[in-house]
Amino acid sequence: MGLAAARIWLPVSLAFLAAAMLAGVLVGPVDLGAVNVVRATFAHVFGLHSPLSGSDDAILWELRLPRVILAVLVGGTLAAAGAAYQGVFRNPLADPYLLGAAAGAGLGATVVVVYAPASSLTGDLLPLGAFVGAAIAVIAAYVLGRSAGGAAGPAALVLAGVTIASFLTALQTFVQQQHVDTVQEVYSWLLGRLATSGWREVGIVLPYAVVSWLVIIAHRRLLDVLSVGDDEAAALGVNVARVRLLVVAAATVATAAAVAVAGLIGFVGIIVPHTIRLLVGGSYRLLLPLSVIVGAGFLVFADVIARTILSPAELPIGVVTAFFGAPFFAVVLRTSRRPA
Amino acid sequence: MTALTLDRVSVSLGGARIVDGLSAEVASGEWVAVIGPNGAGKTTALRAVAGLVSYEGRVRVLEEDARTLARKHLARRVALVPQVPLIPGDITVRSYVMLGRTPHVGYLASERRSDHRAVDASLEQLDLLAFAQRRLDTLSGGERQRATLARALAQDAPILLLDEPTAALDMGRQQQVLEIVDRLRASRGLTVVSTMHDLTLAGQYADRLLLLDGGRLVASGTADEVLTRALITEHYGAEVEVVDAPGSGFVVVPVRRPS
Repeated sequence: MGLAAARIWLPVSLAFLAAAMLAGVLVGPVDLGAVNVVRATFAHVFGLHSPLSGSDDAILWELRLPRVILAVLVGGTLAAAGAAYQGVFRNPLADPYLLGAAAGAGLGATVVVVYAPASSLTGDLLPLGAFVGAAIAVIAAYVLGRSAGGAAGPAALVLAGVTIASFLTALQTFVQQQHVDTVQEVYSWLLGRLATSGWREVGIVLPYAVVSWLVIIAHRRLLDVLSVGDDEAAALGVNVARVRLLVVAAATVATAAAVAVAGLIGFVGIIVPHTIRLLVGGSYRLLLPLSVIVGAGFLVFADVIARTILSPAELPIGVVTAFFGAPFFAVVLRTSRRPA
Repeated sequence: MTALTLDRVSVSLGGARIVDGLSAEVASGEWVAVIGPNGAGKTTALRAVAGLVSYEGRVRVLEEDARTLARKHLARRVALVPQVPLIPGDITVRSYVMLGRTPHVGYLASERRSDHRAVDASLEQLDLLAFAQRRLDTLSGGERQRATLARALAQDAPILLLDEPTAALDMGRQQQVLEIVDRLRASRGLTVVSTMHDLTLAGQYADRLLLLDGGRLVASGTADEVLTRALITEHYGAEVEVVDAPGSGFVVVPVRRPS
């Protein structure tokens, strides 16, 4: 285990991600060709002449590539945040939305759709509304959890998250009930989507995702220490509250950014880390980097399916992650030979 | 040299006074057993020394006020083995023992070669090298207890706090664990403070006993001073005979009086 497992699984997961990204840029109504795609991508990065025609080059550079990169950032973020939450809360069912990020983002987006109906303005405000809603929800849950029982550890925080989420969901439902004409728009956003308008969404998520990945992965050893419980970790010299705050903050801010541009994409934060756990064990040293890589690849593949299976219509990506992710997880669970 | 000084230490939890004005000194290299009935405050007193509960009064660790020590520096001086350690589901014995090196590793750093050497030495001293790559949750109770001790040993702290180290072990395993602790105490010059329910074993292994009742220190001294029928009957509410077994110390035997 440890180094030996890393030598096997890191290359395997990187190959999975590369295959997913290649599929992401190749699959679509227009055949661009694998070699041309690779050459054109390098040409754009290094300022050279693209081998693709103008329209094909635009399909690659303005449509498919930003969408693939966005899926990489969102998928990696949701999986890493899920694994991190499961570590700091020692709760296998924790996901990135545990502290109310989903409910907050849902309310924020609903408010924007309902009260700022001018379509061009909505496009700009919706990610902001979702981000602010998610951030406020998690901060409120954290403050409530700490004040309710800092000594009670993670359970108080989780309960506070459930409380805040219930309250915000009730508010969102109320606002929606008052404006039933917007239900369709809100609902399609809630199910998640990766339709982009180019590199803008990538630019929104990129800094949050990268910083979040770095902070979470940097805490991989300390998340292993937390697995023996708050008390024993404290007796081993760890400032448990500080580690929890830093990891939760990093995971939450990136999750809020991901939700802001991609809506609510479920299951990634649960299925990906648990599948990796079943394959390589529970140490966060390997689990966290693998979660980023595999989560990224998983969401790229899910997006390929979402935009091709009912082509030219698109399936919400949240439906795909659930529809394919849950049975896949069940198969991994059944075939895993690791002792319980 | 004094390893540990408790100066009028009191702990209140949920409004109840669990430890009440406890004062005691433990010399370097000494083994002190904290005994007392259920709810006497034994575990809470250990947790106060380990900095896991807030307390009034003062705890001095190796001549320094424990409150002024950062958590990490306290953990380099004091290692705690809890009564029921939380066993992570998926961890090898070696990785578990490596957790003991936490106070010696920088916040975001990785373990160095010296940390690996310390873990190897701990595994060897507790005869666990053959189990190093086994999953912790596949070990027996006695083997797990040894792994927990190895983790505490890897912490390289001169003071070892043991909360009921023999709970849930059979008679043979109890003796083995206590012999290991005694051997380590001698070879590493450790100071040991352990809470113990088994009064006979406490008398056999510890240099001194502290008897707590209702959070207060009610007696302290060597086994022959503390393990008396009168004190045990008064504070445990138990009918016992204390037998002086030559060569083995005092044996506390529960007796059933005919009604």
